Amino acid sequence: MSITLTVNGHAHTLALDPTMPLLDALRNHLDLKGSRYGCGLEQCGACMVLVDGEPVYACARELGTVAGRRVETVESLDTHPIRAAFIEEQAGQCGYCLSGIQITAKALLDRTPNPDRAEIIAALDKHLCRCGTQWRIIRAVERAAVALTEGAGR
Amino acid sequence: MSTTTSLPLSFTTNPSPASWVRFDPDRTLHLAVGKVEIGQGIVTALAQIAAEELDLPLGCIRMISGDTDAAPDEGATTSSLSIEVGGSSLRLIAAEVRARMIDRLAQRLNCAPAEISVRDGAFLREGGPTGQDYWSLAPEVDLARPADGAAPPKPRASYRLVGTSVARRDLPAKLAGAAFIHDLVRPDLLHARTLRQPARAAHLAALDEAAIHRAAGAEIRILRRGDFVAFVGAEETAVQRAAAAAPAHARWEGVREIAPEQAEAAWLVGRPSNDQTVGDPPRTVAGEVVSATYTRPYVAHASIAPSCALAESRGGHLSVWSHSQGVYPLRAALARVLGRPESTISVHHAMGAGCYGHNGADDAALDAALIAEQVPDRCIRLQWRREEEFGYEPLGSAMSVTIRAVLDADGKPIDWTQEVWSGSHVQRPAMGGNMLAHEALPIPAPDPRPRDPTEAAGGGGTRNGIPHYAIPARRILHHLVPVTPMRTSALRGLGALPNVFAIECFLDELAARRGADPVAWRLALLEGHPRAARVIAHAADLAGWAGRPRGGDGTGWGIGFAQYKNRSAYCAVVAEVAVDQEVRLRRVWCAAEAGLVVNPDGARNQIEGGILQAASYTLKEQVRFDAAGVASRDWEAYPILRFSEVPEIQCEIIDAPEERSLGVGECAFGPTAAAIGNAVSHALGIRIRGMPLTRERIAAALLDN
Repeated sequence: MSITLTVNGHAHTLALDPTMPLLDALRNHLDLKGSRYGCGLEQCGACMVLVDGEPVYACARELGTVAGRRVETVESLDTHPIRAAFIEEQAGQCGYCLSGIQITAKALLDRTPNPDRAEIIAALDKHLCRCGTQWRIIRAVERAAVALTEGAGR
Repeated sequence: MSTTTSLPLSFTTNPSPASWVRFDPDRTLHLAVGKVEIGQGIVTALAQIAAEELDLPLGCIRMISGDTDAAPDEGATTSSLSIEVGGSSLRLIAAEVRARMIDRLAQRLNCAPAEISVRDGAFLREGGPTGQDYWSLAPEVDLARPADGAAPPKPRASYRLVGTSVARRDLPAKLAGAAFIHDLVRPDLLHARTLRQPARAAHLAALDEAAIHRAAGAEIRILRRGDFVAFVGAEETAVQRAAAAAPAHARWEGVREIAPEQAEAAWLVGRPSNDQTVGDPPRTVAGEVVSATYTRPYVAHASIAPSCALAESRGGHLSVWSHSQGVYPLRAALARVLGRPESTISVHHAMGAGCYGHNGADDAALDAALIAEQVPDRCIRLQWRREEEFGYEPLGSAMSVTIRAVLDADGKPIDWTQEVWSGSHVQRPAMGGNMLAHEALPIPAPDPRPRDPTEAAGGGGTRNGIPHYAIPARRILHHLVPVTPMRTSALRGLGALPNVFAIECFLDELAARRGADPVAWRLALLEGHPRAARVIAHAADLAGWAGRPRGGDGTGWGIGFAQYKNRSAYCAVVAEVAVDQEVRLRRVWCAAEAGLVVNPDGARNQIEGGILQAASYTLKEQVRFDAAGVASRDWEAYPILRFSEVPEIQCEIIDAPEERSLGVGECAFGPTAAAIGNAVSHALGIRIRGMPLTRERIAAALLDN
């Protein structure tokens, strides 16, 4: 059985078990290593991807359920202002949580271009960061929001 | 003679500059270091030190860190020593390289070395170009000859890179995608998982392999070696399913059970122990004696990424990739367990998630190596599962700390005894501990021989157990309990957090007996300790301590202080909490002083992170046990601080560039725990001496009151 889906703008047809976790398909069959295994339990957020624009835990989401859908991973954010904002704020230590967090930030800013701090914290609260870089991450999302708004205004 | 005794360890172990630096034809400097990136930003700071000392642009430095084939042996990356020991060694090596190059050029030009200077890697004579640079001279200069540490480093006043907030080298790749050991892809890769022995010495009586194959849903191999079981296959999903299903299809014998009371620090008290006394001789002074006991339960490193390792056996050589804190100690341990010479093993460091000490990294490396030996000519990628990391990583030991102090007429301590009951804080494979799979082999490992780091190395259960205050007599009675219900080992700061929590809470209790202000009380005990007094005063100023609330009505402020290991960075923290049914940590102010800071933003990142992680330990964390072992095997059972719970933080590093660099990575841990403990007490008017300061403990304390 094959499953067709769009990942970061490219159409793929995968002959894989539809019950395979989306995360395994992305990492091992599409060589997209940015989405990360943290718990497999939808508890930490390291695996977060967008499916039709909505943040989804790729670790527990079955591949078959995203057939025909649009998946975006952290690799799609290479030129997005979020990336530059995280560098500017030096938002990270070990960095393992950051790809999922960037994805959630993208979803938030798509929906809410000027989030206030409480909205950012509420959106990121499903993510765990063990190194304690939460404030740098929050400031990076604020910075990205400003960059996006200014970019849109030009 | 005096210089040789003070040379740092990484230098004396690796005195040949050629083992650290190489000038490559593409005009890069190949810089090899033994300290490894575990999230703390060390490779960035070390590159700054090398570029500074050699007067090279940062951009031309290529780094390799932690590699038994290609980098110096700097032991393990621990104890906030990478700048103090690794950085100071690298500075001496780089100074030697620069001096040798300049000497060679001076010879050629028949001039005095003092006439030659360096700018961006090019040599100038009296400010004018010589047409020579490091790369053109490199073929003529012997960098293999050992250095003696005599080449003088640059004067600090001329620094242009050290002391600036250079951006982290590792961050762009971590943000972009593949950056971690988990993401490595090698030819002929097979995925692997393990079935763990539920407890030491448990024996696998039966394994329903057919059921496990069915659960896998695709082709896998089941490998067994004694009581070590692994699932190997080309499809990761299948081996993961096999591993998840396996415990239900395995029957073990000889599983020892844990009793509920063993989960508590109090259980350690009075157990058989190895005892030592550290510090001053036994008490002789008389006076009023007060005492109190403080506890911390077993806690987990709780890295965001479960451990991972790669291993491959090709042509009789075993190559291992690991996020271990020490590739050379790991190689030695692997050689011992596998019964093969070290020369047939290479260990390469690859980044994992933040480890915060001895997590499952080394264990996973042995798992992968055992499988690779059985499946040669393939690359084995061994991934631990989340429940495996929580269930089997070495824990931070529970600790019970009882302080007994003799007071003078003013209520000030004149004699201080800190009695510590604790499991081991270091059971690394190189220090008497066993890697997990070793205990499952047909000839199982001997019993672990738990021992703590020596006092010279900063101690384990005794770390920061001597209060950094002007008290005439101070000592630790240390009871190292060798047999604990679960394996324990190094967790960020070792015993420092529980010891500083105890010391600083007890000091507040003494101050309260006299109605003294906690800040003034500390400053009065810090005569002759100006650097300590300065960070306390600075943190108090930052917070506006003079205007702190009255306390007792649910809002409280507290302060905590320590000099990490009584020899590294100084750190003072003020915390503000609001306590209703549970503690809400609202604001934290921090002042630290660490001598010459190589990368101020990097140091601040470490301190801020240390504050938040310590807050998490203090407020929330406790490993739960059931009869079978660790019961808290996911993030719901072992919650950590979340985005919605982080306090506002204001952190300042006091500039002291004239002082030598002091490690900062762990300095905020104890002071943060203590500040929170004192703030909660201030808010409630009652003292809670057991961490974590959860809703349950607060309710119990209020009830007792």
